[in-house]
Amino acid sequence: MTAQELRLKKQKQQDALFRGSTRMFAVLVLALLAGIIGSLIYGAWPAITTYGLPFITTVEWNPVTSSYGGWDSIFGTLLTSFIALIIAVPVSFGIAVFLTELAPTWLRRPFGIAIELLAGVPSIIYGMWGLFVFAPWFADNIQFLFMMPIEQIPETVASNILGSEALWAPLALVLSKIGYAIAWLFTLPVPSSLMGSQVVELPYIGWIFNAPPMGIGLFTASLILSVMIIPYISSVMRDVFEVTPAMLKESAYGLGATTWEVVWNVVLPYTKNGIIGGVMLGLGRALGETMAVTFVIGNAHRIPGSLFDPTTSIAATLANEFAEAANPMHIASLIYLGLLLFVITFFVLVASKIMLLRLQRNEGAHS
Amino acid sequence: MTLGHKLLVTVGLSAGLFTNVFAADITGAGATFPFPLYAKWAEQYKAASKVGLNYQSIGSGGGIKQIQAKTVDFGASDKPLKKDELDKSGLVQFPTVMGGVVPVVNLDVVKGGELKLNPAVLADIYLGKIKKWNDPAIAALNPSIKLPDQAITVVYRADGSGTTWIFTNYLSKVSTEWKDKVGNEASVQWPTGVGGKGNEGVSQYVGRIKGSIGYVEYAYAKQNKMDFTQLQNKAGSFVLPDDTSFKAAAASADWKGTPGYGVVLTDQAGKDAWPITGATFILMQAKQDKPEQGSEVLKFFDWAYKNGDKTALDMDYVPMPDNVKNEIRSSWKQITGTNNSPIWK
Repeated sequence: MTAQELRLKKQKQQDALFRGSTRMFAVLVLALLAGIIGSLIYGAWPAITTYGLPFITTVEWNPVTSSYGGWDSIFGTLLTSFIALIIAVPVSFGIAVFLTELAPTWLRRPFGIAIELLAGVPSIIYGMWGLFVFAPWFADNIQFLFMMPIEQIPETVASNILGSEALWAPLALVLSKIGYAIAWLFTLPVPSSLMGSQVVELPYIGWIFNAPPMGIGLFTASLILSVMIIPYISSVMRDVFEVTPAMLKESAYGLGATTWEVVWNVVLPYTKNGIIGGVMLGLGRALGETMAVTFVIGNAHRIPGSLFDPTTSIAATLANEFAEAANPMHIASLIYLGLLLFVITFFVLVASKIMLLRLQRNEGAHS
Repeated sequence: MTLGHKLLVTVGLSAGLFTNVFAADITGAGATFPFPLYAKWAEQYKAASKVGLNYQSIGSGGGIKQIQAKTVDFGASDKPLKKDELDKSGLVQFPTVMGGVVPVVNLDVVKGGELKLNPAVLADIYLGKIKKWNDPAIAALNPSIKLPDQAITVVYRADGSGTTWIFTNYLSKVSTEWKDKVGNEASVQWPTGVGGKGNEGVSQYVGRIKGSIGYVEYAYAKQNKMDFTQLQNKAGSFVLPDDTSFKAAAASADWKGTPGYGVVLTDQAGKDAWPITGATFILMQAKQDKPEQGSEVLKFFDWAYKNGDKTALDMDYVPMPDNVKNEIRSSWKQITGTNNSPIWK
């Protein structure tokens, strides 16, 4: 055998080894996934056979009588994530547009890094901030407004902002006069029939606000979640906005399009797959987030009656109860909830894939 | 040999040496309530005996599971196991210290300890039947306080906990409606309110929410200067939570007649007894696979009974009465090694 043949043989062996090991790693992931699903089903089996599918739609969580149903946790998980997306997507879009189209070039890099750093903050820090800083502030400054006659709200807000000790006194006086004048203007459009009633008593929308002013509950949890997923969504959006070919954008600018028109008509259509991917990434994180939500959601096994009521989520329920669950059915029900969270996350991913496929097909049809 | 290898070998050798000279550390897991005390005891015991204690405060339920699986030398639980549960798993149980659970409130008009509650009112508040602080039932108990027209926000422990077990045990004893509708467990289906995670979660919520009421361990309430309430006990007198009223609750208990000393100290007779008192318990395998480890555990708790009372009192736990301690020591005779002879001499 010549030296060349030897070398060839060696290279073939190396190739085979490399292919084999990479395949093993890939299979390992699948095996891990199957193992997780298997152990979840195995652990949840007592609950699955006892409660079956009605477990999903039942609102009942009673360790004393050992009867369980997961709808409150599931509903809380879906609702907090949904509200978080409603808040996070427009904000992330704004951040990404600013960073790619509007910000001066020297600012883009530090700004982008700062937003990416936000993604690295441990979730418990967000939870503590929510519980110790945001919830008290929100209860004292926002939620109490819901309980006062609506025509007084603008004035109260003005006095809250302007009554601050930090302002230089004569300036504060002038500002407060202006502020009160503006506040008074705001009270003009209030119809006389609603004068004297509180926000919580308003027809049609009052129920949304009707909750004790604690600063803890569905809305706070959603807001904390939105802060946590904004870095993910905005950095994906920024990255995909940046791959839009400069020539396309410059042609549009050259035709006299405004920045908004360029973003809306050129960048967005070009990048919508990536944007949806980023949103789904954020949604995936929001669905499974545990610690931060547990701190501020209120941990009550009830369907919330308003946007500010305490409720619970699957992850929060698991975090709270797993350590002390002694009854086998309690443990099985908790694992059943975990399995459902797994299924929900799976369906979110599948839905996003289907949406992406459909979008790609439509693109072909239009062009 | 690189430097890293040398270091590894050195560390390995020295670790081997130490295990030869001293007994291995003892391991325990369970209740969070006594964790600060066990940690302090462990530190002092290590200084005295060179034997360390590795205690994981994973919760009472976890402690019970771990000792059943024999992964630890002892388990710890705030909830006493009943005789049949002990027998089934082959466990021995004994109490270490006691503590109280106290209602805490956030009301502008009262300072700590001023507000008086009775069992019926407390149960009705937690049932969601009394919704405002100026409810006639509360006002009748507190004629000298001008109670506000303010909504009551109920706060409870969201995580399963021994504290909740003691609290709901008390409510089940004093209110048949509570017993029928809610019951007694480490976590229950609360009719109303919000749940905080851990003592610190509950105290944070109560501290933040005006007009709220919660329940925490006494040590926690005291160290965080929270406003607790007076409570009417079984004898009809209003008592404040402190070590005297906890001891009074323990005094009338039938320790000797209860298997595994599993006495629940809620709603005890006795003029000065605090009605929501509870002990925390240690669980050990009655038949030890590793007798030398088991005897180290017993030596530790023997030392703690002898020398640990002052530390316990400083940290607002209540030590066991001396006659009960002696009872417990003689009960250790039922813990045997592989040859069926007692490991405690």
